[in-house]
Order: sequence, then structure tokens, then C-alpha cells
Amino acid sequence: MRILLVDDSKTMRNIQKAVLAQLGHTDVLEACDGQDALSKAPAFKPELMLVDWNMPNMDGLTFVKTWRQQNKSTPIIMVTTEAEKSRVIEAIKAGVNNYVVKPFTPDLLSQRIQETLQRAAAQAAAQPAPTAA
Amino acid sequence: MDAMYIKPFIASISNVFSTMMQLPVKVGEPFVKPGEGPSSDVSGIIGMSGDVIGSVVLSFSNPTAENIVALFCGQKYAAGSPDFADAIGELVNMVSGGAKALFKDRKVSISCPSVVLGANHIVAKQSDVPTVVIPCVTDCGTVNIEVSIKDTRAAAANAAGAAAKA
Ligand SMILES: [Mg+2]
Repeated sequence: MRILLVDDSKTMRNIQKAVLAQLGHTDVLEACDGQDALSKAPAFKPELMLVDWNMPNMDGLTFVKTWRQQNKSTPIIMVTTEAEKSRVIEAIKAGVNNYVVKPFTPDLLSQRIQETLQRAAAQAAAQPAPTAA
Repeated sequence: MDAMYIKPFIASISNVFSTMMQLPVKVGEPFVKPGEGPSSDVSGIIGMSGDVIGSVVLSFSNPTAENIVALFCGQKYAAGSPDFADAIGELVNMVSGGAKALFKDRKVSISCPSVVLGANHIVAKQSDVPTVVIPCVTDCGTVNIEVSIKDTRAAAANAAGAAAKA
């Protein structure tokens, strides 16, 4: 499964990559901000995205809003220090499927990834196949 | 500065250090920093804007910062390497983000982190806001949180109150 990992902190990307690897996901492409993600995502065709909020150049919320204009279905998990309820609501409205607040334990992130993928699979099974992703 | 702006930082650093590094934090008595004295060797800095403005600094000695970064990253990085600075930046990001979520009824945005290295450097702050230092003792050494923030809504309310009295 192709996973796009978007965070301006390399440390944070390494921590999340380790969790993904434990789940057996090694086809991971990294991006360091929203702009970088926007330039990489169309060719990579991610099947899951983990997106930070606070990043230089283009923040994660703007990236999600922009991506959702062209792709409604890619499951997106926001992984961020933004913990206020109002922020979570803002992110969900923008099209985020799940939300993880930093700091997190590897177990929690792992759980959210699995539940997000399960929900996406269930939704895809329930709906007729879209003509274009 | 109101205790309502100190407690969130204590709760947040304890949460960040225990969750990411299983590192317990013992918090000492916060104090007001006398003058604009030098910080330690390493400063991770975040700016706050919105209803609360100012800066938050995580201040470490080199050995303490190296110990904590090693725990956070699972490997040692020398102070001054890009990976080291990145880890310090993400720590202050998490501590500040967690703290501002605990501010009551205040909408606050945080900046991307910057990291300053070098013995006894000075992080210049707004002159009209006192800096409160929160000493955080860990097995890796002591980390100081330097909080220099101002509640713009409270300041506006105070000004309005003073104007009404005059
Ligand atoms: Mg970030």
C-alpha cells in the first residue's frame, strides 16, 4: 500500500515510519510540507496519507482542502499538535478521515491507521467502483 | 503572568515527555527571569499569536539536550547536527501545542519552531512581558520552559476598565 507521509519534522516522520513498518507498510513516500505533498501526490497516487498541520510554505489544512478538490476518496489522517476541539472539527470539515494528536504512543497511531483503512475498505466495498480516483 | 498560563505548560511537557520518551518530569517552583539573561546552550523557540501572543522557549544545556534527543529519536545526534535541531524543534512544537489547547476560551496559533544553538545566547523577547521560567527536572537533566506571553483579550479588557474608571 502506498502511503504519503507529510510532516516538516524528519524526527516525526521517522517515528511514524517505524509505526508503519511495524504494520508491514514500507511503500512510504515522505513530503516536508503541503506544497511538497501536492507536487508528489498525483504521481505517487497514495492510498493513505498522514498529514501534519503546522508546516512551513503550505500547512496541512490547506493541503487537505486543495487535495480534496481533486480527490475525495484518499483516506487522510491528520497527525498534529493541534488538540482543540474546534481544530478537529475544522479538519474533519476539510475532509480529514481521522485525527491523531501529538504526542501519541505507537499503539495509538497504529490503531488509528488500522481503523481508518478498515473504514475506507468498508466504504469502497459498499459503493460502486468510482470511474476515476 | 496568571497561573492559568503556567499550568498548561507543566501538564503539556509532562505529557509529551512521558508519552514520547517514558521520561518523568519533576517540576520545580516557577520564577520570573530577572532581566534578559542568557539562556543555556540550546533553545527551541515557538511564537504564539491570536488571543495570546509571545514566545515559548525550551532551554537546555548541550548534554541534557543530547540525552533527550537520543531518547526521542532512538539514536544519538551531536548538538548542531540538522537531525538534532529538528528533534528539539518538534519537542517545543508539541509542548506549545499541547499547552495552548489547555488555555481556556482562547484561540491561539503557533508558529513553526526555530532552534538556536551556542553557549549563553540571548533569546530577545517583548520587553513589556515578563518571562516565567518553569524548571523541569528529568533523569536526562533539567529543561527550562521560558514562557513570555501576554493575553491580548485580558489586556484589552483591562484597558477598557481603566478607561471607564478615568
Ligand atoms: Mg509540524
